Amino acid sequence: MSRVTKFAAQDAGPAARVAGFMAHLRANGLRLGAGETTVALHALGAMNAYSPDECRNALRPICTGCKEDVDQFDDLFDAYWMDMGRVRTRAVPKLQTKGNNDVHSSRDAAGEAGGSAGNATTPDGGDGDAESDGEGKLIATEVRNLSRKDLRDLVRPEEIAEAEKVARKLGDALRDRRSRRRIAAGKGDRLHFRKIIRRSLATGGEPLQLLKKRRPDRTRNIVTLCDVSGSMSVYTQVFLAFIAGLMRADQKADAYLFHTRLVRITETLRDKDAMRAIGRMSLMADGFGGGSKIGACLDRFATTYAKRFVDGRSVVVIMSDGYDTDQPHVISDALQKLRKRGCRIIWMNPLKGWRDYAPVTAGMKAALPHLDLFTSANTLSDLAVLEGELTRL
Amino acid sequence: MASDDLAVSIHLALTLGRPLLLEGAAGVGKTEVARVLAEMQDTELVRLQCYEGLDAAQAIYEWNYQKQLLSIRASAEEGTTGQAAEERIFSRDYLLERPLLAAITKDKAPILLIDEVDRADEEFEAYLLEILSEFQITIPELGTIKAKHPPIVILTCNGTRDLSDALRRRCLYSYVNYPDPQMELAILNARHPDLNAHLAKQIIGFVQKLREEELEKVPGIAEMLDFAAALSGLGIADLSEDPEQLQRALITLLKTQSDQASITTEVTQRIAGKAA
Repeated sequence: MSRVTKFAAQDAGPAARVAGFMAHLRANGLRLGAGETTVALHALGAMNAYSPDECRNALRPICTGCKEDVDQFDDLFDAYWMDMGRVRTRAVPKLQTKGNNDVHSSRDAAGEAGGSAGNATTPDGGDGDAESDGEGKLIATEVRNLSRKDLRDLVRPEEIAEAEKVARKLGDALRDRRSRRRIAAGKGDRLHFRKIIRRSLATGGEPLQLLKKRRPDRTRNIVTLCDVSGSMSVYTQVFLAFIAGLMRADQKADAYLFHTRLVRITETLRDKDAMRAIGRMSLMADGFGGGSKIGACLDRFATTYAKRFVDGRSVVVIMSDGYDTDQPHVISDALQKLRKRGCRIIWMNPLKGWRDYAPVTAGMKAALPHLDLFTSANTLSDLAVLEGELTRL
Repeated sequence: MASDDLAVSIHLALTLGRPLLLEGAAGVGKTEVARVLAEMQDTELVRLQCYEGLDAAQAIYEWNYQKQLLSIRASAEEGTTGQAAEERIFSRDYLLERPLLAAITKDKAPILLIDEVDRADEEFEAYLLEILSEFQITIPELGTIKAKHPPIVILTCNGTRDLSDALRRRCLYSYVNYPDPQMELAILNARHPDLNAHLAKQIIGFVQKLREEELEKVPGIAEMLDFAAALSGLGIADLSEDPEQLQRALITLLKTQSDQASITTEVTQRIAGKAA
């Protein structure tokens, strides 16, 4: 549910209304500054835009920055300018404070600490417009939150801190330093002859400046895909804490949740406030705790996001128990596609930690030949032990 | 030929003087936008193709060392003072202009196309920031060169890597999709005006349906035009006419081995049947 606002009829003029629109977009997770507001006004002036569609087309290139934004923009535009504040059921990130992105605290609007003390997802006020921060703004009620499991109830802040440490260690273990090539660098271990000769031309063939080169740190990108279906619900706590920690430790990491759908949560988890990030994540994972279509989700990942974000330097970590409602060959086909991108694939199966566990489920069996590593992981300490194995990978 | 939102984006980029970032799958005509725009504005197109390892010397400027050396020799023989020689060899005459510097020193505002910016390294993206927001380039020996006529900048990217927020913020953004049937038909008619109207419609229907199939490499607009040219070259007037020839013409649309294997004659016929 987004905080749906509409433009205030009392606003003085177009400038105030456009500023209000920008605030509305900002509250819904788009990253916009005061500069964009100015540009938007100029644009509307330059367009002589009279019809709503013209305005929409004019504002879109200014207010959006990536495809995810574009997909969201039309609905947000409708909500503000056309819908008179009607409630939308789209799962867009929601902020706890009054849309103020600069305050990063894990206290929620009611002023109590989120997490350990009480329920972090208690809705604020029953009447729905508790945050009366302006004329003409309506804020959606948050009743539906109650009927849904919230990830914030599963994860405690101290766990994230712990997970961050583990994730940082694992990330270090996955760093690949085996590049053969050397590239120019200020503090290199060898001379960069090509550059020296080139530079020496400027000084009449005298190599005055000695330039160096070294083997670059070829960082591995870690991509995590976490199964949040019903059968995994006992373990999601650990995995989500781990992912949240990983995202904070490694700026290049990429993360997805899947059950029957695949959701990219990377942008959401970049929030500086860990608890709020998890809150936003739970809104995105609508349908969390239901059935799972591992094969279909992996296939979707392999054909869409993987083309953009997965290459030979990526490690794809799949966290799932392998209980799938699809045909097993779907999983193996999807993994095969993924493999073609040259990445390493690690499957963490929480069930593997059980005594006498054998990967007999059809899905798991189909997946095994395509994996670089198949391990168990139930708790954070299990994940920490993985470090050694990952270094060898 | 452009959809409404793309047209508005281009109009805004022209009037506001802001760079325009076009994102979209390969083959939807992002680069074409810059080329056509240059033609319409009757100005020059300066193109910078990005690749991994592109650095400032290749993108912005470099001193012409050979010429400088010769000049030093000459001045030594003439007996000019060091000061004068120095002033001479660090002047504009001894500067090799690379695309970015060339674009801001032109007398008439050119179109600057920075193609596939996501292929370049992050360091290069940082260089771009100064140029895109101020339209100026700082050369330590010479000072800051400011653009007399700011160029119209078009950046394209197709998601090899995520671009930084700083770069995205400085640009207008437009996501380019595959065109809808009417638009694509209009493009085809514009490029091949002599094509039979019935066949043109069938071709568009066929290509649009083909895009819905599971392909590794979805055919773009250029492929569609090649396909149309191939069909008219083979003398086909109707898609259902000759299955074998049609299958052969598919080499213009399907560019990987697995795609060619998965679109068998039966599949082609099914799609052609739907398109007709």
